[in-house]
Amino acid sequence: MIQAATVETTEIPALKRLLRRSQRRQQVTAIALVAPLLVFLLLTYIGPIGALLSRGILDPEVPSVLPRTTAALATWDGRELPPEVAFAALVADMREARSAGTLAAAATRLNYDINGFRSLMFSTARRLPAEIDSARDTLIGIDPKWGERETWAAIRRASGPVGDFYLLAALDLRRDADGNIVAAPEDQAIFIDVIARTFLISGVVTALCLVLGYPVAYVLATLPARSAGLLMIFVLLPFWTSLLVRTAAWVVVLQREGIVNSLLLGIGIIEQPLEMIFNRFAVYVAMTHILLPFMILPLYSVMKGIPAVHLRAAASLGAPPFTVFRRVYLPQTLPGIGAGCLLVFIQALGYYITPALVGGAEDQMISYLIAFYASRTINWGMAAALSILLLAATLVLCAVYGRLVGFGRVRPG
Amino acid sequence: MNGRKTILAGIAAGALVTVAVAGPAAARDLTVVSWGGAYQDAQREVYFKPFVEATKIKLLEESWDGGVGVLRAKIQGGNNNWDVVQVESEELVLGCEEGLYEKIDWEKVGGKDKLMDDAVHECGVGTIVYNFILSYDADRIKDGPKSWADFWNVQKWPGKRALRKGPKTNLEIALMADGVPPAEVYKTLATEAGIERAFRKLDELKPHLIWWEKGSQPPQLLAAGEVAMTSAYNGRIAAANQNDKKNFRIVWQNSLYTVDYWVIMKGTPNKAQAEQFIHFASLPENQAKLPAKIPYGVTAKAATAMIDPKILPELPTAPENIATALYINEPFWVENLDRLNQRFNAWVAR
Amino acid sequence: MALPPNATTGQRISRVVLYAVTALVCLFLVLPILAIVPLSFSAGSFLHYPLPGLSTRWYAEFFTSQFWLPAIWNSLVVGIAATVLASALGTLAAIGLWRTRFPGRAAAIAFIASPMVVPEVVAAVGIYFAFAPAGLTNSYTGLILAHTALATPFVVITVLATLTGFDPTLLRAAGSLGASPVTAFFRVMLPLIMPGVVSGALFAFAISFDDVIMALFLAGPGQRTLPRQMFSGINENISLTITAAATLLILTSVALMACVELLRRRAARLRGEA
Repeated sequence: MIQAATVETTEIPALKRLLRRSQRRQQVTAIALVAPLLVFLLLTYIGPIGALLSRGILDPEVPSVLPRTTAALATWDGRELPPEVAFAALVADMREARSAGTLAAAATRLNYDINGFRSLMFSTARRLPAEIDSARDTLIGIDPKWGERETWAAIRRASGPVGDFYLLAALDLRRDADGNIVAAPEDQAIFIDVIARTFLISGVVTALCLVLGYPVAYVLATLPARSAGLLMIFVLLPFWTSLLVRTAAWVVVLQREGIVNSLLLGIGIIEQPLEMIFNRFAVYVAMTHILLPFMILPLYSVMKGIPAVHLRAAASLGAPPFTVFRRVYLPQTLPGIGAGCLLVFIQALGYYITPALVGGAEDQMISYLIAFYASRTINWGMAAALSILLLAATLVLCAVYGRLVGFGRVRPG
Repeated sequence: MNGRKTILAGIAAGALVTVAVAGPAAARDLTVVSWGGAYQDAQREVYFKPFVEATKIKLLEESWDGGVGVLRAKIQGGNNNWDVVQVESEELVLGCEEGLYEKIDWEKVGGKDKLMDDAVHECGVGTIVYNFILSYDADRIKDGPKSWADFWNVQKWPGKRALRKGPKTNLEIALMADGVPPAEVYKTLATEAGIERAFRKLDELKPHLIWWEKGSQPPQLLAAGEVAMTSAYNGRIAAANQNDKKNFRIVWQNSLYTVDYWVIMKGTPNKAQAEQFIHFASLPENQAKLPAKIPYGVTAKAATAMIDPKILPELPTAPENIATALYINEPFWVENLDRLNQRFNAWVAR
Repeated sequence: MALPPNATTGQRISRVVLYAVTALVCLFLVLPILAIVPLSFSAGSFLHYPLPGLSTRWYAEFFTSQFWLPAIWNSLVVGIAATVLASALGTLAAIGLWRTRFPGRAAAIAFIASPMVVPEVVAAVGIYFAFAPAGLTNSYTGLILAHTALATPFVVITVLATLTGFDPTLLRAAGSLGASPVTAFFRVMLPLIMPGVVSGALFAFAISFDDVIMALFLAGPGQRTLPRQMFSGINENISLTITAAATLLILTSVALMACVELLRRRAARLRGEA
């Protein structure tokens, strides 16, 4: 006994050490296996997205193109026109920027703030005389806008290196000459509308998917295996079919002289073709069609786990069928409803291709604006600020999803 | 451990090989960018294919639908992949001022004196004269519209209307529909009240409007019956009549006309080939073949004499077509495009 | 769930309604897709029924066009390269994640899963801005890397699912019999998890083959993929050639779906589940 005890006391730490070492080796191996993918994603995915998002709060153009002006405005109290040094600094900066070909970058940035600033900068630079007595009189002589406080405040607002300009703009807000946050002028305020529309479309599509998907999932879960397998093909075929093919299909089906209209006209139900494409209706129909499998599959997997005995028990206790459904079945499918709705809603928020192809100008969602600012006007800051909003909404919903469902269920197929 | 490292290295190497085989497009081929659809189909037959045959230079095609922002993105984004682009006049002037294009070396592209005056610019070589016209399908509408004012008359001619997405041409059209004579259009637009008036007029029609971006869309929209009337490039409509046996009508009354230019993108590695291409596409004997395929006016002085006289009345340059036409005022759009684009985009998305 | 013999008329009616609704939804799901298949064999050029006659002219046009064939080739090059990369990186990572818990594992999973969650436009714009200065836009390489990033989470998840049915003692047994870890991996582990790896690879290929947003931003005219070509086709001129292209794509997806389904069943059988 005594011998055994001593063996134990000396052996256990050694064993523990061995075990710990082997565990550590396992961990190192595991990390070494995961590392290549993490590095890859960091370089090609996470890093680029992070860099993009940072553009939403960076404001580098004006300070780098007009360094003297921004320095001169740093001490300006903003109550009256800036002093002569600021005017002189601007003249010097403009001359230099014009010959270096960098004026466009600053002019474009300022034009985002005050519509018309771009032309102001270029026409002023073009008309600057070689010899100048008073920079102030010269500039105001070229364009009276240089005599307005608001013009200079815009330059100061853009003095960087970080700023809230783009994020405010993405919420239809701006700063006035005194630095207070105010509503953007009506002819520029479009973002709240588009954000609200994005949520509305996603919500309607989610609701449609739930209404259409619930009965299908129920039938799938209660049919015998063989028929259910057959029915499942109807759900999986669209799931696997290319998004572009499905969108193209809806264009063909809904066109003015497409399948539905020619059919209805042929039967004589309608006399004028219905307008079913390039509008909100088409967006709802096509997006519901594309996202429906994402509702049906999680619902199905939850319903599959509900024992039929529960329902029979409730019925045998005399509950009418609707009560059985409402009080016994529905509550048990809530996790499936939550999972399906979030899955559909999150994906719908980021939709771009489908609304772009079947919707009209008034049906475009926030992703469309991001692509628009990125590729058509290279307003990186605006694209980034809108990306921040979209990504934040998505991540919040994902966190909710993780809380409600857990990520184990997010499984393809 | 070593074994696993070997696997890792092996897989990494394999992956790298796959990527390397796919290869970066280091030396890219001459890329020519035009406006797609029937127009580019015609250009392909008249310019692109014969050019490749004659010079053995490989040529890639791309199409776009305009917007100086796209060109700014190409140059400022740091990885431009276009060489020769056909641009509109205000894109030419804005982009030239901002240094997006190479300056034209006129010796290399055939000489200034061979082209009409409007086709010569320090950054661009004019290639076609074309009109924005009102068009409708005479098979669907018997007693068709005669003017832009009729375009707004949805009582008499029900159905959707299509206009080009963007402020340019539409503000002019709206004012002419509102009764402003062509000669007064840009005078009116020079004032805030005039711009306000144009947007208010567009507001009236907004519930009935859809927007096209590519020149190939208006004939499509008419053919599919999606719209009752549309603004369109005259050549696309004529091409649809010719190629697809359509009966679309062109209303020349108060149409808008302008010139498109070839430009060479700044810093292209294919500058010599680009100049060769523009030279080829500016030769009168080559240009003269274009109107037969798509009735746009061409810019080489000597080309007009070589064009089949039967086509001449269909061209924008025909006297009766140009009589009431409005020349798009390029200085106005150079000065105001960015500002009005912004306003228009906000207006249209609402 | 069969109706009990003593079901009331009300129950019978609600059952009929339920099945009718299900049938309608199923038709809604597949009819639009199937409707464009016969159109691609039309002898005419209209996008509606009845067909004026049958022909293969649109397929002839598809296969002789100077745009569609290169698009198929580009899609295959990008798809296969992205699949190889994603399968290799994803399988290794899945094994690492399965092997043991380690500090930062949860964060690693969140990282790896991010391409499933981040809206694709945001990712595409970010990648575009990062790749452009590096000369990776307008190249196969850039598109392959982007598609690989999009596809890896699906590989990781599929392989992880297979690994839950894999008994780690098999590796130890192989080791105690003298096999090196590499031999144990290739001779013992890989054959058993192969169905998962292959399904993951098929998913990866499907993702790459389906993607249009990355292609819109990253591909130049020399790398136009099939979906990218379809996108401009739908936007510009929806002709029956597009229905031919769509039909070919539908066939591809049916084949991919069948493969994954067969593999899933095989894996389930191997685990003794079904």
